[in-house]
Amino acid sequence: MEKFIKHTGTAVPLRRSNVDTDQIIPAVYLKRVTRSGFEDGLFAAWRNDPEFVLNNPAYGNATVLVTGVDFGTGSSREHAVWALQNYGFKVVISSRFADIFRGNSLKGGLLTVILDQNDVEAMWLAIEADPTTQISVDLVSRSVSYNDVVLGFEIDDYTRWRLMEGLDDIGLTIKNSDSIDSFEKSRPEFKPATLPIRV
Amino acid sequence: MAKTLAEKIWDEHIVRAAAGEPDLLYIDLHLIHEVTSPQAFDGLRLAGRTVRRPDLTIATEDHNVPTQNIDLPIADPVSKLQVDTLRANCAEFGIRLHSLGDKDQGVVHVVGPQLGLTQPGMTIVCGDSHTSTHGAFGALAFGIGTSEVEHVLATQTLPLARPKTMAINVEGTLKLGVTSKDIILAIIAKIGTGGGQGYVIEYRGEAIRALSMESRMTVCNMSIEAGARAGLIAPDQTTFDYIVGKPHAPQNFDPALAYWQTLFTDEDAKFDVEVTINADELEPFVTWGTNPAQGAPLNSNVPNPADLKDDEARGAAERALIYMGLEAGMPLKNIAIDTVFLGSCTNGRIEDLRAAAHVIKGKKIASTLRMLVVPGSARVRLEAEAEGLDKVFIDAGAEWRNAGCSMCLGMNPDQLAVGERAASTSNRNFEGRQGKGGRTHLVSPLVAAATALRGTLSSPADL
Repeated sequence: MEKFIKHTGTAVPLRRSNVDTDQIIPAVYLKRVTRSGFEDGLFAAWRNDPEFVLNNPAYGNATVLVTGVDFGTGSSREHAVWALQNYGFKVVISSRFADIFRGNSLKGGLLTVILDQNDVEAMWLAIEADPTTQISVDLVSRSVSYNDVVLGFEIDDYTRWRLMEGLDDIGLTIKNSDSIDSFEKSRPEFKPATLPIRV
Repeated sequence: MAKTLAEKIWDEHIVRAAAGEPDLLYIDLHLIHEVTSPQAFDGLRLAGRTVRRPDLTIATEDHNVPTQNIDLPIADPVSKLQVDTLRANCAEFGIRLHSLGDKDQGVVHVVGPQLGLTQPGMTIVCGDSHTSTHGAFGALAFGIGTSEVEHVLATQTLPLARPKTMAINVEGTLKLGVTSKDIILAIIAKIGTGGGQGYVIEYRGEAIRALSMESRMTVCNMSIEAGARAGLIAPDQTTFDYIVGKPHAPQNFDPALAYWQTLFTDEDAKFDVEVTINADELEPFVTWGTNPAQGAPLNSNVPNPADLKDDEARGAAERALIYMGLEAGMPLKNIAIDTVFLGSCTNGRIEDLRAAAHVIKGKKIASTLRMLVVPGSARVRLEAEAEGLDKVFIDAGAEWRNAGCSMCLGMNPDQLAVGERAASTSNRNFEGRQGKGGRTHLVSPLVAAATALRGTLSSPADL
């Protein structure tokens, strides 16, 4: 996973709440067996509308998505994270994310930043007034800044460290294999197993 | 120290806890399907890793498989590749797989319980957000992403931050014709799509205790629609009776039962939040909008967004009514339906089919609509056929299909057309969920059946 220290880029204001994962990427796009190429499915239904904000050339090279409350509700599809990343987004800002989506994003190196709704709305106005507004997201200082505004955000120390080091969770867990081995020895015998098959 | 049920299960599965780090939790059962697993298996191969516990892992084909002509090769080449990839991965890593045509193939959350693999006190995960279904047995069960699927395959554990706990007390008694689906739709309308975010919900109270196991699964299934990753119900005699006789029920039952009987929230344990719902007041409930919290009693009218004080909720309601093609103030019962879908991990079990068949028996569905009946698993289908339920549906003019997720998410050919309107027993009414441009009203199996007969949103009381 690529390290995330600081990112600066322009942003897209997505003035919608409850953007569910079926909007981020509809199910028909989930049939691929790779992690790449999902950008064509990103907001697929909405992109048919020429007025949709992602179709506005002023926001063409944006890498930060600033969106309404409850982003990523619904399914556990990590394809939603891949679609955003494949399209070019590095950061998503909202006042609340769905749990599974947020977990997936932070595993995959897409930084999801939680700010107050008032701050999100102020950011929308600033971006709409000037689409070239540069937004900086800094994990070191845990802050988002644009123009002369600086906003702190919270992220737990462990996740922040993992993102800044670009570390893979599985590798970290495997270092604790001894703990897993000893836990397994203590599991009750009555716990079910899928094998051998019983009918 | 007094603990809630969720905290007890959590603590019993901690492999490693360290200050400033997430807890490493052991996973008792990992369910797999074709859509969210291929990239995880690829990751294992790339890193030269293997599956740590194939004997705690089980796979089935459900999300994108056809529900017709299942003896023929899958027509869509992209779907076929995904299913073939699952088959190859399961063969390579020694994972038990129930393929199309097998009697234990079906929606992954129907398969686990029917095999007796879902038991109280377990941790259960799957790359699917409706894994919360298994919480009905007093298990801690939640949906995970593909990176986490890979993590569980490789280590049988997951690093997780401890969730907060929420109690939802459903007191009183349900009226005749009101079901567990109505309970959960009413809960979601009350607390909102983000209301459960960060919590494990424990459903409690007299009305929950009175529910059958399958009805409890319907409640827990939709926890995620309120934003909660998991929802559970303390096991009781109803739970134990359901597990007895299932293929993977404990062979040595007594020690298992003794453990299961310790699985309840201690009397003086504290939940972070408590919510109370009165079951006496509940009525058949349907959704009118494009998220599961946009619901109302069937006997009411489409709400007027102008009445909503919150700007955000008002804007969302306005957009939803445009998408749904509805006028504020019109009676919900006047809404004409094109397709009735009976099925899914929410309401595709035998009880659901029996309830709907009971309403439909001897009658014909309205000539203006089609009805798809999709059993949750091949085993449910066989059981229904043994009871003659297939004939009830076919004689009424409905289509009797094979098992799968089907029109719940429209990954297979079972989809709504643009503008087509469904009454669906599934779990999500998102824009385009059941097919691009399709419109979804979430309903219970009883409302689905009555709607199929009348052609407009209806309950059996309207017949």
